[in-house]
Amino acid sequence: MTSAIAVQGLRKEYPHGVEALRGISFDVRPGEVFALLGPNGAGKSTTVRILTTLAAASAGRAEVAGFDVAGAPDEVRRRIGYVAQTSGGDVYATGRENVELQGRFYGLARGEARRRAGELLEAFQLTAAADRLVRTYSGGMKRRLDVAIGLVHRPRILFLDEPTAGLDPESRAALWREVGRLSQGGLTILLTTHYLEEADRLAQRVGILDRGALVAAGTPDALKSSLRGDRVRIVPVDAARVEESARHLQELPGVASVLIEGAALSARVEHGARSIPALVGSLERHGVAVAEVAASRPSLDDVYLQVTGHSFPGDEPGAAPARAPLEAL
Amino acid sequence: MKPVRDSWLVFLRLLRLTLRMPVWIAMAVVQPILWVVLFGGLFGAVARLPEFGVGSYVQYLAPGVAIMTALFGSAHSGLSLLGDIDRGVLDRMLVSPVARGALIAGRVGHAAFLVVFQASIILAVAGWRGAQMRGGAAGFAVVCLAAALLSASVSAVSNGLALLARRTEILIAIMNFFLLPMIYLSTMLMSERLMPGWIASVARFNPVNWAVVAARAGYEGAGFAAALPALAALWVFAAGCVAAATLAFGRYRRSL
Repeated sequence: MTSAIAVQGLRKEYPHGVEALRGISFDVRPGEVFALLGPNGAGKSTTVRILTTLAAASAGRAEVAGFDVAGAPDEVRRRIGYVAQTSGGDVYATGRENVELQGRFYGLARGEARRRAGELLEAFQLTAAADRLVRTYSGGMKRRLDVAIGLVHRPRILFLDEPTAGLDPESRAALWREVGRLSQGGLTILLTTHYLEEADRLAQRVGILDRGALVAAGTPDALKSSLRGDRVRIVPVDAARVEESARHLQELPGVASVLIEGAALSARVEHGARSIPALVGSLERHGVAVAEVAASRPSLDDVYLQVTGHSFPGDEPGAAPARAPLEAL
Repeated sequence: MKPVRDSWLVFLRLLRLTLRMPVWIAMAVVQPILWVVLFGGLFGAVARLPEFGVGSYVQYLAPGVAIMTALFGSAHSGLSLLGDIDRGVLDRMLVSPVARGALIAGRVGHAAFLVVFQASIILAVAGWRGAQMRGGAAGFAVVCLAAALLSASVSAVSNGLALLARRTEILIAIMNFFLLPMIYLSTMLMSERLMPGWIASVARFNPVNWAVVAARAGYEGAGFAAALPALAALWVFAAGCVAAATLAFGRYRRSL
Protein backbone atom coordinates (compact mmCIF):
# COMPACT_ATOMS: atom_id res chain seq x y z
CA MET A 1 0.00 0.00 0.00
CA THR A 2 1.57 3.23 -1.09
CA SER A 3 -1.11 5.63 0.13
CA ALA A 4 -3.25 5.44 3.24
CA ILE A 5 -5.86 7.52 1.47
CA ALA A 6 -6.03 8.01 -2.28
CA VAL A 7 -8.65 10.36 -3.68
CA GLN A 8 -9.17 10.76 -7.42
CA GLY A 9 -11.54 13.30 -8.96
CA LEU A 10 -14.04 13.11 -6.12
CA ARG A 11 -17.28 14.94 -6.78
CA LYS A 12 -20.37 15.39 -4.67
CA GLU A 13 -23.54 16.93 -5.91
CA TYR A 14 -26.57 17.32 -3.71
CA PRO A 15 -30.09 17.47 -5.07
CA HIS A 16 -31.04 20.86 -6.55
CA GLY A 17 -27.62 21.10 -8.18
CA VAL A 18 -25.59 22.11 -5.13
CA GLU A 19 -22.01 21.12 -5.85
CA ALA A 20 -20.23 20.38 -2.58
CA LEU A 21 -17.12 18.90 -4.19
CA ARG A 22 -15.99 19.72 -7.70
CA GLY A 23 -13.54 16.91 -8.36
CA ILE A 24 -10.78 16.86 -5.77
CA SER A 25 -7.71 14.64 -5.74
CA PHE A 26 -5.12 14.10 -3.06
CA ASP A 27 -3.08 11.41 -1.35
CA VAL A 28 -2.31 10.86 2.28
CA ARG A 29 0.77 8.79 3.06
CA PRO A 30 0.79 6.16 5.77
CA GLY A 31 1.72 7.62 9.15
CA GLU A 32 1.19 11.17 8.02
CA VAL A 33 -0.99 13.86 9.57
CA PHE A 34 -2.83 15.59 6.75
CA ALA A 35 -5.01 18.63 7.36
CA LEU A 36 -7.84 19.78 5.13
CA LEU A 37 -8.10 23.49 5.67
CA GLY A 38 -10.96 25.72 4.67
CA PRO A 39 -13.91 27.74 5.92
CA ASN A 40 -17.33 26.30 6.68
CA GLY A 41 -19.00 25.13 3.51
CA ALA A 42 -15.75 24.50 1.65
CA GLY A 43 -16.44 20.77 1.47
CA LYS A 44 -14.23 19.48 4.29
CA SER A 45 -16.91 17.55 6.12
CA THR A 46 -18.35 16.23 2.87
CA THR A 47 -14.93 14.85 1.96
CA VAL A 48 -14.55 13.19 5.34
CA ARG A 49 -18.07 11.78 5.20
CA ILE A 50 -17.35 10.16 1.84
CA LEU A 51 -14.02 8.76 3.00
CA THR A 52 -15.63 7.28 6.12
CA THR A 53 -18.40 5.61 4.03
CA LEU A 54 -21.13 7.79 5.59
CA ALA A 55 -21.94 9.44 2.29
CA ALA A 56 -21.64 8.36 -1.32
CA ALA A 57 -19.69 10.34 -3.88
CA SER A 58 -21.42 11.41 -7.10
CA ALA A 59 -18.30 10.63 -9.11
CA GLY A 60 -14.64 9.84 -8.66
CA ARG A 61 -12.78 7.25 -6.66
CA ALA A 62 -11.57 7.08 -3.10
CA GLU A 63 -9.48 4.33 -1.56
CA VAL A 64 -8.94 4.20 2.16
CA ALA A 65 -6.51 1.68 3.68
CA GLY A 66 -6.34 0.07 0.26
CA PHE A 67 -10.08 -0.50 -0.15
CA ASP A 68 -12.59 1.30 -2.29
CA VAL A 69 -15.02 3.23 -0.06
CA ALA A 70 -17.95 2.46 -2.35
CA GLY A 71 -17.02 -1.10 -3.26
CA ALA A 72 -15.84 -2.49 0.08
CA PRO A 73 -17.28 -0.20 2.75
CA ASP A 74 -17.09 -2.76 5.58
CA GLU A 75 -13.39 -3.34 4.93
CA VAL A 76 -12.83 0.40 5.11
CA ARG A 77 -14.95 0.71 8.27
CA ARG A 78 -12.92 -1.90 10.10
CA ARG A 79 -9.72 0.05 9.50
CA ILE A 80 -10.77 3.62 10.19
CA GLY A 81 -11.82 5.65 13.18
CA TYR A 82 -14.01 8.72 12.87
CA VAL A 83 -14.50 11.61 15.23
CA ALA A 84 -17.31 13.75 13.91
CA GLN A 85 -17.76 17.48 14.23
CA THR A 86 -20.77 16.97 16.44
CA SER A 87 -19.92 14.61 19.25
CA GLY A 88 -21.13 11.05 18.69
CA GLY A 89 -21.31 10.26 22.38
CA ASP A 90 -24.63 9.10 23.75
CA VAL A 91 -25.18 11.71 26.47
CA TYR A 92 -27.55 9.51 28.44
CA ALA A 93 -25.04 6.69 28.74
CA THR A 94 -21.78 6.65 30.69
CA GLY A 95 -18.42 7.16 29.05
CA ARG A 96 -17.56 3.52 29.64
CA GLU A 97 -20.81 2.28 28.09
CA ASN A 98 -20.21 4.44 25.04
CA VAL A 99 -16.75 3.05 24.38
CA GLU A 100 -17.80 -0.51 25.16
CA LEU A 101 -20.81 -0.45 22.86
CA GLN A 102 -18.71 0.88 20.01
CA GLY A 103 -16.19 -1.89 20.62
CA ARG A 104 -19.00 -4.44 20.48
CA PHE A 105 -20.15 -2.99 17.15
CA TYR A 106 -16.69 -3.80 15.82
CA GLY A 107 -17.14 -7.38 16.91
CA LEU A 108 -15.22 -7.38 20.19
CA ALA A 109 -16.44 -9.89 22.76
CA ARG A 110 -17.90 -8.41 25.92
CA GLY A 111 -14.86 -8.91 28.13
CA GLU A 112 -12.54 -7.69 25.44
CA ALA A 113 -14.64 -4.58 24.86
CA ARG A 114 -14.65 -3.87 28.59
CA ARG A 115 -10.89 -4.22 28.86
CA ARG A 116 -10.31 -2.03 25.83
CA ALA A 117 -12.70 0.63 27.16
CA GLY A 118 -10.88 0.72 30.48
CA GLU A 119 -7.58 1.09 28.68
CA LEU A 120 -8.79 3.96 26.49
CA LEU A 121 -10.57 5.81 29.27
CA GLU A 122 -7.34 5.64 31.24
CA ALA A 123 -5.30 6.89 28.30
CA PHE A 124 -7.64 9.85 27.87
CA GLN A 125 -7.80 10.71 31.59
CA LEU A 126 -11.44 9.79 31.85
CA THR A 127 -11.15 7.00 34.37
CA ALA A 128 -12.58 9.07 37.21
CA ALA A 129 -15.56 10.07 35.06
CA ALA A 130 -15.93 6.72 33.31
CA ASP A 131 -19.15 5.75 35.05
CA ARG A 132 -20.80 9.14 34.95
CA LEU A 133 -23.35 10.04 32.28
CA VAL A 134 -21.73 11.84 29.35
CA ARG A 135 -24.28 14.60 29.85
CA THR A 136 -22.21 15.75 32.85
CA TYR A 137 -18.96 15.94 30.87
CA SER A 138 -17.28 19.22 29.93
CA GLY A 139 -16.68 20.02 26.27
CA GLY A 140 -13.07 18.90 26.50
CA MET A 141 -13.99 15.64 28.20
CA LYS A 142 -16.61 14.90 25.55
CA ARG A 143 -14.06 15.48 22.84
CA ARG A 144 -11.58 13.12 24.51
CA LEU A 145 -14.32 10.54 24.81
CA ASP A 146 -15.12 10.95 21.11
CA VAL A 147 -11.51 10.22 20.25
CA ALA A 148 -11.50 7.21 22.60
CA ILE A 149 -14.65 5.91 20.88
CA GLY A 150 -13.00 6.38 17.50
CA LEU A 151 -9.94 4.38 18.56
CA VAL A 152 -11.67 1.43 20.21
CA HIS A 153 -10.90 -1.02 17.39
CA ARG A 154 -7.29 0.14 16.91
CA PRO A 155 -7.85 1.71 13.50
CA ARG A 156 -4.98 2.44 11.16
CA ILE A 157 -6.44 5.72 9.97
CA LEU A 158 -8.20 8.29 12.11
CA PHE A 159 -10.49 11.00 10.74
CA LEU A 160 -10.94 14.06 12.93
CA ASP A 161 -13.56 16.50 11.67
CA GLU A 162 -12.96 19.89 13.25
CA PRO A 163 -11.66 18.28 16.42
CA THR A 164 -11.10 21.50 18.34
CA ALA A 165 -14.05 23.60 17.20
CA GLY A 166 -15.70 25.08 20.25
CA LEU A 167 -13.02 23.96 22.71
CA ASP A 168 -11.39 26.26 25.23
CA PRO A 169 -7.67 26.95 24.66
CA GLU A 170 -6.58 24.52 27.35
CA SER A 171 -8.61 21.62 25.96
CA ARG A 172 -7.43 22.51 22.49
CA ALA A 173 -3.79 22.34 23.55
CA ALA A 174 -4.45 19.00 25.27
CA LEU A 175 -6.05 17.59 22.13
CA TRP A 176 -3.15 18.80 20.03
CA ARG A 177 -0.75 16.95 22.32
CA GLU A 178 -2.91 13.86 21.97
CA VAL A 179 -2.91 14.05 18.17
CA GLY A 180 0.86 14.40 18.25
CA ARG A 181 1.16 11.35 20.48
CA LEU A 182 -1.14 9.26 18.25
CA SER A 183 0.78 10.31 15.18
CA GLN A 184 4.05 9.27 16.79
CA GLY A 185 2.46 5.90 17.45
CA GLY A 186 2.17 5.44 13.69
CA LEU A 187 -1.48 6.35 13.17
CA THR A 188 -2.39 8.06 9.91
CA ILE A 189 -4.56 11.08 10.67
CA LEU A 190 -6.72 13.19 8.39
CA LEU A 191 -8.11 16.20 10.18
CA THR A 192 -10.17 19.12 9.02
CA THR A 193 -9.89 22.55 10.51
CA HIS A 194 -10.46 26.17 9.79
CA TYR A 195 -7.56 27.25 11.96
CA LEU A 196 -4.30 27.73 10.12
CA GLU A 197 -2.52 27.51 13.45
CA GLU A 198 -3.94 24.07 14.06
CA ALA A 199 -2.90 22.77 10.67
CA ASP A 200 0.48 24.36 11.19
CA ARG A 201 1.07 22.68 14.54
CA LEU A 202 -0.24 19.26 13.71
CA ALA A 203 0.02 18.48 10.05
CA GLN A 204 2.93 17.43 7.91
CA ARG A 205 0.92 18.46 4.88
CA VAL A 206 -2.06 20.70 4.36
CA GLY A 207 -4.63 20.81 1.58
CA ILE A 208 -6.68 23.96 1.16
CA LEU A 209 -10.29 23.50 0.14
CA ASP A 210 -12.20 26.36 -1.35
CA ARG A 211 -15.82 26.03 -2.44
CA GLY A 212 -15.47 22.38 -3.22
CA ALA A 213 -12.10 22.56 -4.94
CA LEU A 214 -8.66 21.74 -3.59
CA VAL A 215 -6.78 24.90 -4.51
CA ALA A 216 -3.41 24.14 -2.96
CA ALA A 217 -1.54 21.55 -0.99
CA GLY A 218 1.84 21.48 0.62
CA THR A 219 3.68 21.68 3.89
CA PRO A 220 2.56 24.43 6.27
CA ASP A 221 5.89 26.18 5.75
CA ALA A 222 5.39 26.27 2.03
CA LEU A 223 1.91 27.69 2.45
CA LYS A 224 3.04 30.38 4.83
CA SER A 225 6.13 31.39 2.96
CA SER A 226 3.95 31.92 -0.05
CA LEU A 227 2.35 34.76 1.85
CA ARG A 228 5.43 36.92 1.98
CA GLY A 229 5.31 38.34 5.45
CA ASP A 230 2.93 39.69 8.03
CA ARG A 231 -0.06 41.91 7.94
CA VAL A 232 -0.35 45.28 9.69
CA ARG A 233 -3.83 46.65 10.17
CA ILE A 234 -4.13 50.40 10.61
CA VAL A 235 -7.27 52.41 11.33
CA PRO A 236 -6.93 56.18 10.77
CA VAL A 237 -8.93 58.46 13.07
CA ASP A 238 -10.55 60.10 10.07
CA ALA A 239 -12.21 57.44 7.93
CA ALA A 240 -12.34 59.82 4.96
CA ARG A 241 -8.55 59.72 4.72
CA VAL A 242 -8.23 55.96 4.26
CA GLU A 243 -7.51 56.06 0.55
CA GLU A 244 -5.00 58.83 0.84
CA SER A 245 -3.28 56.90 3.64
CA ALA A 246 -3.12 53.78 1.51
CA ARG A 247 -1.23 55.71 -1.16
CA HIS A 248 1.29 56.99 1.40
CA LEU A 249 1.92 53.52 2.77
CA GLN A 250 2.27 52.02 -0.68
CA GLU A 251 5.29 54.27 -1.31
CA LEU A 252 7.23 53.03 1.69
CA PRO A 253 10.04 50.51 1.17
CA GLY A 254 9.24 47.02 2.45
CA VAL A 255 5.49 47.34 1.92
CA ALA A 256 4.41 44.66 -0.54
CA SER A 257 0.78 45.65 -0.89
CA VAL A 258 -1.94 47.65 0.82
CA LEU A 259 -5.61 46.75 0.84
CA ILE A 260 -8.49 48.89 2.04
CA GLU A 261 -11.05 47.07 4.15
CA GLY A 262 -13.77 49.55 5.07
CA ALA A 263 -12.27 52.11 7.43
CA ALA A 264 -9.08 50.10 7.90
CA LEU A 265 -5.90 49.59 5.94
CA SER A 266 -4.14 46.31 5.64
CA ALA A 267 -0.48 46.43 4.70
CA ARG A 268 1.60 43.39 3.90
CA VAL A 269 5.14 43.81 5.16
CA GLU A 270 8.25 41.75 5.83
CA HIS A 271 8.21 41.98 9.63
CA GLY A 272 4.96 43.17 11.16
CA ALA A 273 5.98 44.40 14.59
CA ARG A 274 9.25 46.02 13.46
CA SER A 275 7.64 48.00 10.70
CA ILE A 276 4.87 49.54 12.77
CA PRO A 277 6.88 52.66 13.79
CA ALA A 278 7.79 53.38 10.18
CA LEU A 279 4.23 52.94 8.94
CA VAL A 280 2.65 55.05 11.68
CA GLY A 281 5.43 57.64 11.45
CA SER A 282 4.88 58.05 7.72
CA LEU A 283 1.16 58.61 8.18
CA GLU A 284 1.73 61.13 10.95
CA ARG A 285 4.20 63.04 8.82
CA HIS A 286 1.34 63.40 6.33
CA GLY A 287 -0.93 64.60 9.10
CA VAL A 288 -3.02 61.41 9.38
CA ALA A 289 -3.73 60.53 13.01
CA VAL A 290 -3.82 56.78 13.73
CA ALA A 291 -6.53 55.39 15.98
CA GLU A 292 -5.52 51.73 15.96
CA VAL A 293 -2.66 49.60 14.78
CA ALA A 294 -1.95 45.90 15.06
CA ALA A 295 0.41 43.42 13.45
CA SER A 296 -0.50 39.80 12.84
CA ARG A 297 1.07 36.63 11.50
CA PRO A 298 -0.49 35.18 8.36
CA SER A 299 -3.93 33.82 9.09
CA LEU A 300 -6.15 31.49 7.15
CA ASP A 301 -7.83 34.60 5.78
CA ASP A 302 -4.52 35.63 4.32
CA VAL A 303 -3.78 32.22 2.88
CA TYR A 304 -7.18 32.30 1.34
CA LEU A 305 -6.78 35.71 -0.12
CA GLN A 306 -3.52 34.57 -1.59
CA VAL A 307 -4.43 31.22 -3.13
CA THR A 308 -8.04 31.78 -4.07
CA GLY A 309 -8.07 35.43 -4.94
CA HIS A 310 -10.97 36.12 -2.64
CA SER A 311 -11.59 36.35 1.06
CA PHE A 312 -13.81 33.91 2.92
CA PRO A 313 -17.03 33.23 1.05
CA GLY A 314 -19.50 35.97 1.71
CA ASP A 315 -16.97 38.77 1.31
CA GLU A 316 -16.61 40.72 -1.89
CA PRO A 317 -13.91 39.37 -4.15
CA GLY A 318 -11.17 41.92 -3.50
CA ALA A 319 -8.18 42.93 -5.55
CA ALA A 320 -6.59 39.55 -5.93
CA PRO A 321 -2.88 39.11 -5.65
CA ALA A 322 -1.27 36.71 -8.07
CA ARG A 323 -1.85 33.02 -7.41
CA ALA A 324 0.74 31.61 -5.08
CA PRO A 325 3.41 29.38 -6.50
CA LEU A 326 2.25 26.32 -4.58
CA GLU A 327 2.31 22.71 -5.51
CA ALA A 328 -0.67 22.91 -7.80
CA LEU A 329 -3.20 20.10 -7.92
CA MET B 1 -25.55 -14.16 12.97
CA LYS B 2 -24.17 -10.68 12.95
CA PRO B 3 -27.46 -8.86 12.24
CA VAL B 4 -29.11 -10.59 15.21
CA ARG B 5 -26.20 -9.88 17.52
CA ASP B 6 -26.07 -6.25 16.44
CA SER B 7 -29.84 -5.85 16.85
CA TRP B 8 -29.46 -7.25 20.35
CA LEU B 9 -26.74 -4.67 21.13
CA VAL B 10 -28.95 -1.83 19.89
CA PHE B 11 -31.88 -3.23 21.85
CA LEU B 12 -29.83 -3.45 25.06
CA ARG B 13 -28.58 0.08 24.67
CA LEU B 14 -32.12 1.44 24.30
CA LEU B 15 -33.39 -0.68 27.17
CA ARG B 16 -30.66 0.70 29.41
CA LEU B 17 -31.64 4.23 28.45
CA THR B 18 -35.27 3.45 29.31
CA LEU B 19 -34.37 1.91 32.67
CA ARG B 20 -32.48 5.11 33.51
CA MET B 21 -35.73 7.10 33.36
CA PRO B 22 -37.69 6.23 36.52
CA VAL B 23 -40.27 8.87 35.69
CA TRP B 24 -40.83 7.28 32.29
CA ILE B 25 -41.29 3.86 33.89
CA ALA B 26 -43.71 5.29 36.45
CA MET B 27 -45.79 6.85 33.70
CA ALA B 28 -45.69 3.67 31.64
CA VAL B 29 -47.06 1.75 34.61
CA VAL B 30 -49.64 4.26 35.80
CA GLN B 31 -51.04 5.22 32.40
CA PRO B 32 -52.55 1.83 31.47
CA ILE B 33 -54.02 1.52 34.96
CA LEU B 34 -55.64 4.89 34.50
CA TRP B 35 -57.00 3.87 31.11
CA VAL B 36 -58.59 0.70 32.37
CA VAL B 37 -60.19 2.57 35.27
CA LEU B 38 -61.15 5.61 33.21
CA PHE B 39 -62.53 3.95 30.08
CA GLY B 40 -64.04 1.19 32.14
CA GLY B 41 -65.92 3.75 34.19
CA LEU B 42 -66.88 6.09 31.36
CA PHE B 43 -68.17 3.53 28.90
CA GLY B 44 -69.19 0.88 31.43
CA ALA B 45 -72.89 1.51 30.89
CA VAL B 46 -72.59 0.45 27.21
CA ALA B 47 -72.32 -3.17 28.30
CA ARG B 48 -75.86 -2.97 29.66
CA LEU B 49 -77.21 -2.61 26.14
CA PRO B 50 -78.39 -6.05 25.05
CA GLU B 51 -76.81 -5.58 21.59
CA PHE B 52 -73.33 -5.14 23.10
CA GLY B 53 -73.05 -8.87 23.54
CA VAL B 54 -70.56 -8.99 26.43
CA GLY B 55 -71.75 -8.76 30.03
CA SER B 56 -68.82 -6.86 31.52
CA TYR B 57 -67.28 -3.83 29.83
CA VAL B 58 -63.94 -4.28 31.60
CA GLN B 59 -63.86 -7.82 30.26
CA TYR B 60 -64.35 -6.36 26.79
CA LEU B 61 -61.96 -3.46 27.33
CA ALA B 62 -58.90 -5.25 28.78
CA PRO B 63 -57.39 -6.64 25.54
CA GLY B 64 -58.38 -3.41 23.76
CA VAL B 65 -56.40 -1.25 26.18
CA ALA B 66 -53.44 -3.58 25.83
CA ILE B 67 -53.49 -2.79 22.11
CA MET B 68 -54.09 0.92 22.75
CA THR B 69 -50.92 0.97 24.80
CA ALA B 70 -49.06 -0.74 21.98
CA LEU B 71 -50.22 1.99 19.64
CA PHE B 72 -49.42 4.95 21.87
CA GLY B 73 -46.22 3.46 23.22
CA SER B 74 -44.70 3.00 19.76
CA ALA B 75 -46.03 5.99 17.87
CA HIS B 76 -43.18 8.25 18.91
CA SER B 77 -40.39 5.71 18.78
CA GLY B 78 -38.90 7.70 15.90
CA LEU B 79 -38.26 10.68 18.17
CA SER B 80 -35.32 9.00 19.86
CA LEU B 81 -33.91 8.15 16.44
CA LEU B 82 -34.09 11.85 15.55
CA GLY B 83 -32.27 12.57 18.80
CA ASP B 84 -29.56 10.11 17.80
CA ILE B 85 -29.26 11.75 14.39
CA ASP B 86 -28.98 15.24 15.86
CA ARG B 87 -26.44 14.21 18.46
CA GLY B 88 -24.26 12.37 15.95
CA VAL B 89 -24.85 9.01 17.63
CA LEU B 90 -26.27 7.46 14.47
CA ASP B 91 -23.26 8.53 12.39
CA ARG B 92 -20.90 7.11 14.94
CA MET B 93 -22.70 3.78 14.64
CA LEU B 94 -22.89 3.90 10.85
CA VAL B 95 -19.15 4.42 10.61
CA SER B 96 -18.66 1.04 12.29
CA PRO B 97 -19.37 -2.22 10.47
CA VAL B 98 -22.60 -2.67 12.47
CA ALA B 99 -25.34 -4.39 10.42
CA ARG B 100 -27.39 -1.52 8.98
CA GLY B 101 -30.72 -3.26 9.48
CA ALA B 102 -29.92 -3.81 13.16
CA LEU B 103 -30.17 -0.09 13.80
CA ILE B 104 -33.87 -0.27 12.86
CA ALA B 105 -34.58 -3.80 14.09
CA GLY B 106 -33.12 -3.10 17.55
CA ARG B 107 -35.40 -0.09 17.91
CA VAL B 108 -38.49 -1.91 16.75
CA GLY B 109 -37.69 -4.75 19.14
CA HIS B 110 -37.24 -2.30 22.01
CA ALA B 111 -40.63 -0.71 21.39
CA ALA B 112 -42.30 -4.12 21.17
CA PHE B 113 -40.65 -5.32 24.37
CA LEU B 114 -41.89 -2.36 26.40
CA VAL B 115 -45.37 -2.85 25.04
CA VAL B 116 -45.47 -6.46 26.18
CA PHE B 117 -44.38 -5.29 29.63
CA GLN B 118 -47.21 -2.76 29.69
CA ALA B 119 -49.77 -5.24 28.39
CA SER B 120 -48.99 -7.51 31.34
CA ILE B 121 -49.74 -4.71 33.76
CA ILE B 122 -53.00 -3.90 31.99
CA LEU B 123 -54.24 -7.45 32.13
CA ALA B 124 -53.35 -7.61 35.82
CA VAL B 125 -55.24 -4.39 36.53
CA ALA B 126 -58.22 -5.59 34.50
CA GLY B 127 -58.21 -8.76 36.57
CA TRP B 128 -58.35 -6.63 39.69
CA ARG B 129 -61.32 -4.74 38.19
CA GLY B 130 -63.19 -8.00 37.68
CA ALA B 131 -62.14 -9.12 34.21
CA GLN B 132 -61.07 -12.68 33.60
CA MET B 133 -58.35 -13.95 31.29
CA ARG B 134 -60.17 -16.96 29.99
CA GLY B 135 -57.48 -17.89 27.52
CA GLY B 136 -54.92 -18.79 30.18
CA ALA B 137 -51.20 -18.68 29.41
CA ALA B 138 -51.71 -19.34 25.70
CA GLY B 139 -54.25 -16.53 25.58
CA PHE B 140 -51.80 -14.21 27.30
CA ALA B 141 -49.18 -15.12 24.73
CA VAL B 142 -51.61 -14.25 21.92
CA VAL B 143 -52.38 -10.85 23.49
CA CYS B 144 -48.66 -10.15 23.82
CA LEU B 145 -47.95 -11.29 20.26
CA ALA B 146 -50.71 -9.08 18.85
CA ALA B 147 -49.47 -6.11 20.88
CA ALA B 148 -45.86 -6.74 19.90
CA LEU B 149 -46.66 -7.07 16.19
CA LEU B 150 -48.70 -3.88 16.16
CA SER B 151 -46.02 -2.11 18.15
CA ALA B 152 -43.34 -3.28 15.72
CA SER B 153 -45.40 -1.99 12.79
CA VAL B 154 -46.13 1.38 14.35
CA SER B 155 -42.59 1.96 15.59
CA ALA B 156 -41.25 1.00 12.16
CA VAL B 157 -43.59 3.56 10.56
CA SER B 158 -42.57 6.12 13.17
CA ASN B 159 -38.87 5.53 12.54
CA GLY B 160 -39.38 5.57 8.79
CA LEU B 161 -41.24 8.87 8.96
CA ALA B 162 -38.55 10.26 11.26
CA LEU B 163 -35.93 9.45 8.62
CA LEU B 164 -37.96 11.02 5.83
CA ALA B 165 -39.23 14.11 7.65
CA ARG B 166 -36.23 14.63 9.97
CA ARG B 167 -38.29 17.01 12.09
CA THR B 168 -39.81 16.12 15.42
CA GLU B 169 -42.76 18.45 14.85
CA ILE B 170 -43.69 16.81 11.57
CA LEU B 171 -43.36 13.32 12.99
CA ILE B 172 -45.55 14.14 15.99
CA ALA B 173 -48.17 15.84 13.82
CA ILE B 174 -48.45 12.90 11.43
CA MET B 175 -48.58 10.26 14.15
CA ASN B 176 -51.13 12.21 16.21
CA PHE B 177 -53.27 12.66 13.14
CA PHE B 178 -53.61 8.89 12.74
CA LEU B 179 -53.71 7.69 16.35
CA LEU B 180 -57.24 8.52 17.46
CA PRO B 181 -59.00 7.63 14.18
CA MET B 182 -57.19 4.27 14.20
CA ILE B 183 -58.58 3.65 17.68
CA TYR B 184 -62.13 4.75 16.93
CA LEU B 185 -62.19 2.89 13.62
CA SER B 186 -61.73 -0.35 15.53
CA THR B 187 -63.53 -2.57 18.02
CA MET B 188 -61.15 -1.50 20.75
CA LEU B 189 -63.74 0.38 22.79
CA MET B 190 -67.02 -0.43 21.06
CA SER B 191 -68.59 -3.69 19.97
CA GLU B 192 -68.93 -4.16 16.21
CA ARG B 193 -72.65 -4.76 16.67
CA LEU B 194 -73.16 -1.20 17.91
CA MET B 195 -71.05 0.42 15.18
CA PRO B 196 -72.48 2.21 12.16
CA GLY B 197 -72.04 -0.04 9.15
CA TRP B 198 -69.41 2.10 7.46
CA ILE B 199 -67.15 2.12 10.52
CA ALA B 200 -67.46 -1.63 10.82
CA SER B 201 -66.46 -1.92 7.15
CA VAL B 202 -63.46 0.37 7.53
CA ALA B 203 -62.41 -1.43 10.71
CA ARG B 204 -61.92 -4.63 8.74
CA PHE B 205 -58.99 -2.99 6.94
CA ASN B 206 -57.52 -1.38 10.02
CA PRO B 207 -54.39 -3.11 11.39
CA VAL B 208 -55.21 -1.78 14.84
CA ASN B 209 -58.48 -3.67 14.64
CA TRP B 210 -56.67 -6.85 13.55
CA ALA B 211 -54.58 -6.57 16.70
CA VAL B 212 -57.69 -5.98 18.83
CA VAL B 213 -59.51 -8.94 17.30
CA ALA B 214 -56.53 -11.24 17.82
CA ALA B 215 -55.90 -10.03 21.36
CA ARG B 216 -59.55 -10.39 22.30
CA ALA B 217 -59.71 -13.91 20.83
CA GLY B 218 -56.70 -14.84 22.95
CA TYR B 219 -58.04 -13.15 26.05
CA GLU B 220 -61.42 -14.81 25.78
CA GLY B 221 -59.89 -18.21 25.17
CA ALA B 222 -61.46 -18.56 21.73
CA GLY B 223 -58.48 -20.63 20.72
CA PHE B 224 -55.38 -19.96 18.64
CA ALA B 225 -57.20 -20.75 15.42
CA ALA B 226 -59.66 -17.92 16.04
CA ALA B 227 -56.80 -15.46 16.42
CA LEU B 228 -54.76 -16.80 13.53
CA PRO B 229 -56.21 -14.87 10.55
CA ALA B 230 -55.84 -11.55 12.35
CA LEU B 231 -52.35 -12.45 13.59
CA ALA B 232 -51.29 -13.50 10.11
CA ALA B 233 -52.56 -10.25 8.61
CA LEU B 234 -50.75 -8.35 11.35
CA TRP B 235 -47.56 -10.28 10.70
CA VAL B 236 -47.62 -9.37 7.02
CA PHE B 237 -48.36 -5.76 7.90
CA ALA B 238 -45.48 -5.62 10.39
CA ALA B 239 -43.07 -7.13 7.86
CA GLY B 240 -44.19 -4.53 5.31
CA CYS B 241 -43.70 -1.68 7.77
CA VAL B 242 -40.21 -2.84 8.79
CA ALA B 243 -39.27 -3.25 5.13
CA ALA B 244 -40.54 0.26 4.39
CA ALA B 245 -38.59 1.66 7.34
CA THR B 246 -35.45 -0.08 6.10
CA LEU B 247 -35.98 1.48 2.67
CA ALA B 248 -36.39 4.88 4.32
CA PHE B 249 -33.14 4.24 6.16
CA GLY B 250 -31.39 3.49 2.88
CA ARG B 251 -32.81 6.65 1.40
CA TYR B 252 -31.65 8.64 4.40
CA ARG B 253 -28.10 7.31 4.04
CA ARG B 254 -28.01 8.09 0.35
CA SER B 255 -29.17 11.64 1.03
CA LEU B 256 -26.11 12.38 3.16
